[in-house]
Amino acid sequence: MRFAVAFVAACCAAGAASGGGANAQDSIPASLTGAKGDPARGRAIVTNRQLGLCLLCHSGPFPEERFQGNLAPDLAGAGKRWSEGQLRLRIVDSSRVNPATIMPSYHRTDGFTRVAPAWRGKPVLTADQIEDVVAFLTTLRD
Amino acid sequence: MVALAGASFAGEIPQAERRSGYELMSRETRAMQDDDTANPGMLAVLEGSALWARKTGAGGRACADCHGDARASMKGVAARYPAYDATLKRPVNLEQRINLCRTERQQSPALAYESRELLALTAYVARQARGVPIDIPVDARTQPFLDRGRAAFYRRQGQLNLACSQCHDDNWGRRLAGNTIPQAHPTGYPVYRLEWQSLGSLQRRLRNCLVGIRAEPYEYGAPEMVELELFLMWRARGMAIETPGVRP
Ligand code: HEC
Ligand code: HEC
Ligand code: HEC
Repeated sequence: MRFAVAFVAACCAAGAASGGGANAQDSIPASLTGAKGDPARGRAIVTNRQLGLCLLCHSGPFPEERFQGNLAPDLAGAGKRWSEGQLRLRIVDSSRVNPATIMPSYHRTDGFTRVAPAWRGKPVLTADQIEDVVAFLTTLRD
Repeated sequence: MVALAGASFAGEIPQAERRSGYELMSRETRAMQDDDTANPGMLAVLEGSALWARKTGAGGRACADCHGDARASMKGVAARYPAYDATLKRPVNLEQRINLCRTERQQSPALAYESRELLALTAYVARQARGVPIDIPVDARTQPFLDRGRAAFYRRQGQLNLACSQCHDDNWGRRLAGNTIPQAHPTGYPVYRLEWQSLGSLQRRLRNCLVGIRAEPYEYGAPEMVELELFLMWRARGMAIETPGVRP
């Protein structure tokens, strides 16, 4: 399928650009809260379809979860493919890695159009929640 | 970079690859749509045929008093809606067209969107277009409305910052959690949606998608909604009307 090709290409182009991993533009090295997140809470957010929404698009190592999406790479091994800072950037604002991405910017509030009143001015996830998700993703090593 | 550009500008679906949502449904759901005795939308069509013949309003007239047998007078009509209304100087959708007859020809109050009666009348009229290819004539008067609908379809919006096209052009056939993403062709409306357990209009469906991406939904009947409907119908030109459709 031509979509699959486009997605794989988009994924690998971004990966290649990040290469060394220490690239400042490809990473947010510091915690948003100054504290370490909680991986267990992060897992609960990732698998929650109203909160994290991740499984609408991604699949992952969550055998108990039915109906996982296939619009995005499997999350298994994400903690091996990406450093903690790279993961943080991808959750905070994936559009900084790939402007054409369909992945929501989870911790950005500007530059949006016609946001529903209940969500206006609010990020999808709070800084604490971002840190929990990042802490969980770093544990996905195989 | 070439691949990235391809992903961001993945354009319209080629005519030959267009698929009704029907084709992406399970065999059971397709069978439910195909069999008039199992299709729950047929109850509304039946109710619509009764309303068609019922006298109402100050004039005491029924739709049938002016339009006669709907099987003849309404044949194929739904396939060319939304249609330009010369008096209002804008396109009106089928529900609005029916309500214009209610208020102006029957001196009856307009029926509310998603009311049982309006859905039934719309389903009955649209049923008379089943199998008829969608044909939206574009001319200088309708072009600006069509262009605005197209722009809305390709505009990212809502907190999730997604454009309709990013799901329905670029990712159709894939799974958003448990749901197969269709191409968004409005061939079956009003449809009986299993998730709603009721009949609903195209605008109700569009509001669902807008709420899903956390965008502010337009009011029922808002010009922006009719523009989107017009664009979707134009985009589905040549595809056959299926009303009453069944969808998951
Ligand atoms: C609307 C769809 C969508 C949602 C929702 C979504 N993503 Fe993504 N995500 C993508 C796509 C598509 C990519 C591939 C890269 C790209 O296209 O930008 C991606 C890439 C990623 C990557 C890097 C790719 C890799 O190797 O694993 C990670 C990590 C990730 N997403 C995590 C998440 C997490 C965690 C959530 C929930 C908090 C989430 N995503 C929600 C669509 C989505
Ligand atoms: C008093 C006569 C009268 C009654 C009653 C009436 N209509 Fe009409 N209707 C018309 C006329 C005349 C037109 C076409 C002229 C126009 O544009 O107004 C029309 C147009 C329509 C059209 C558009 C047809 C097309 O080819 O685009 C539809 C659909 C319609 N009517 C449905 C209904 C329904 C449903 C009812 C009952 C709820 C109804 N009408 C009641 C006179 C009537
Ligand atoms: C995140 C992906 C996504 C976005 C963005 C999206 N939709 Fe949808 N849409 C869906 C899914 C999934 C369904 C099918 C739901 C089901 O089967 O339960 C659907 C269904 C539809 C249908 C019904 C098709 C049929 O066969 O009856 C239409 C029409 C539609 N969408 C239009 C739109 C429009 C217009 C927009 C932009 C305002 C939009 N969608 C945005 C995912 C999306």
